[in-house]
Amino acid sequence: MSHPEPTGASGGESVGTLAEPPRMNLGSSESLAAYAARFGLKQSSARPSLRKYLQEVWERRHFIWAFASAKNIAMYSDSRLGQVWQLLTPLLNVGVYFLIFGLLLNTSRDLPDFLPFLVTGVFMFGFMQRSIQSGSKSVGDNLSLIRALHFPRATLPLAIAVVEFQQLLLSLVVLMIIVVAFGEPIGLHMLMFVPVVGLQLMFNVGAGMMMARLGAFNRDITQLLPFVTRTWLYLSGVIFSLPGLMTSSHFLKTHAWVSELLKMNPGYVYVELSRHTLLGKYRHHVQHHLAGNHSTSQLWIYALIWAVVALVAGFMFFYRAEERYGRG
Amino acid sequence: MVNAHLAQNPVDIDPTRDPIVVVDGLHIVYRVYGAGGKGNAASAMSRVIKRQKRPSMTEVHAIKGLSFVAYRGEAVGVIGTNGSGKSTLLQAIAGLLPPARGGVYTDGQPSLLGVNAALMKDLTGERNVVLGCLAMGMTPQETKEKYQEVVDFAGLKPGFINYPMRTYSSGMGARLRFAIAAAKTHDVLLIDEALATGDAKFRTKSKRRIEELRKEAGAVFLVAHQLDVVRETCDRVIWLDDGQMRMDGDPDTVLDAYIEATQK
Repeated sequence: MSHPEPTGASGGESVGTLAEPPRMNLGSSESLAAYAARFGLKQSSARPSLRKYLQEVWERRHFIWAFASAKNIAMYSDSRLGQVWQLLTPLLNVGVYFLIFGLLLNTSRDLPDFLPFLVTGVFMFGFMQRSIQSGSKSVGDNLSLIRALHFPRATLPLAIAVVEFQQLLLSLVVLMIIVVAFGEPIGLHMLMFVPVVGLQLMFNVGAGMMMARLGAFNRDITQLLPFVTRTWLYLSGVIFSLPGLMTSSHFLKTHAWVSELLKMNPGYVYVELSRHTLLGKYRHHVQHHLAGNHSTSQLWIYALIWAVVALVAGFMFFYRAEERYGRG
Repeated sequence: MVNAHLAQNPVDIDPTRDPIVVVDGLHIVYRVYGAGGKGNAASAMSRVIKRQKRPSMTEVHAIKGLSFVAYRGEAVGVIGTNGSGKSTLLQAIAGLLPPARGGVYTDGQPSLLGVNAALMKDLTGERNVVLGCLAMGMTPQETKEKYQEVVDFAGLKPGFINYPMRTYSSGMGARLRFAIAAAKTHDVLLIDEALATGDAKFRTKSKRRIEELRKEAGAVFLVAHQLDVVRETCDRVIWLDDGQMRMDGDPDTVLDAYIEATQK
């Protein structure tokens, strides 16, 4: 008897009666699997349908926000300056790049106002870079949580993206101060920057989820990523003007397809689009002095396509391994 | 051994009760990676080039053909010596280990509560409670209502709820985790040694909570080495030996047989 009430149960010991089809043994016509199915039991390691999964994620939206805020607070809790580092880190980055690329190497030659150009690039690219890097660790770093409680795992990379977004908001205040200080007129046109950040966020979420799955099953990825993103930084014209390079570089002029590829690069698209919307002088400079081959509308199209493709592909890619996270 | 059967018996199905967990001819094989090899960069490189598997990888056949049915409202104790597959079984029911053969079927989502589940160690106990509740799918409103109940249940020393969880003793951490997981009604709650570190007072409280969870029509699985805990809380005991069912029946019968066998 496999249950503790062998004598009391009414279905009891009367095996022979035909009136009781459920009472069967393994090996007879109904297998345990069929028995389980009859009572609506589901394979415990199965992943939910996409629709149900999306619904579960939506129900956890408060968790995503609370988790992100808690992470943000805990991140600097060991250092004396605490949350100040959220501002200090990007500013120090800007300082280093300004020293080397602005003053020593003088890449700023033809550009109007190098500092706002640089700050926009470093902040926006850093947003993407950090989203992807911490996204790759979002599953591996929370294994104990994954093994303790059941919740849709996609909430973890989503929360990480929100963490980075919260950090960006603070940096954007600094960015706006710098932009205005350099004489950029404040106007409604600056509101166009909001959808740029929105599209960049969509892209980051998608890319972060993709890396989350890769990083969850192969920790080598997280070791390799910093090198990849650093190469990407130099390819994306963050600290020098890529349109400027395209007009001056002999190699890029003879290999037009390389230029086209570089222009499609999402790292470049979001950084450049941010500059176009925020820095009027820079947009004017690019469109009038650099052969006009970088129209703002072209950037918008790329930005939109990248955001949608990355978000959908990233989510699906992550979802398809849902039942395997935290195993081992 | 009136009620208990020996291993390899066919599974009897009780048609009068609702099953909540069905384990069907389950085999679990998992891989273990250790720090084998010489452990330096050169040997790791040559391994990659020669396309060898990681040197220390071994396959462990932890569950060897296990079948049983658990019904709604049952508290099932799982006993056995170290390495008999108890924790593996619970992980398989929770859906954390894929079956090599056979299958595990459950109604609703099982929740596993183990000793190593530290939740978020850098965050305060308070935040862990809130985040844990939200992660389990409660609304912020429900979380607020349950919060004090969870904290009271965990019975931490005053003030500790505001400290990061890494500063907790193992007993305190286990109590808080159990309190969080028990805040919600689970269809299947799997407890792996999580009560072992609690003191007598906490054990009484958690026993009462397990009782309540069972009444709410779920099932509870309990792995414990303290046999008196199993005897007090469970109404059915499964004895695993080397990944196979040794005995399955009411607590007194199985526990007595187990004690007799292990003291030889």
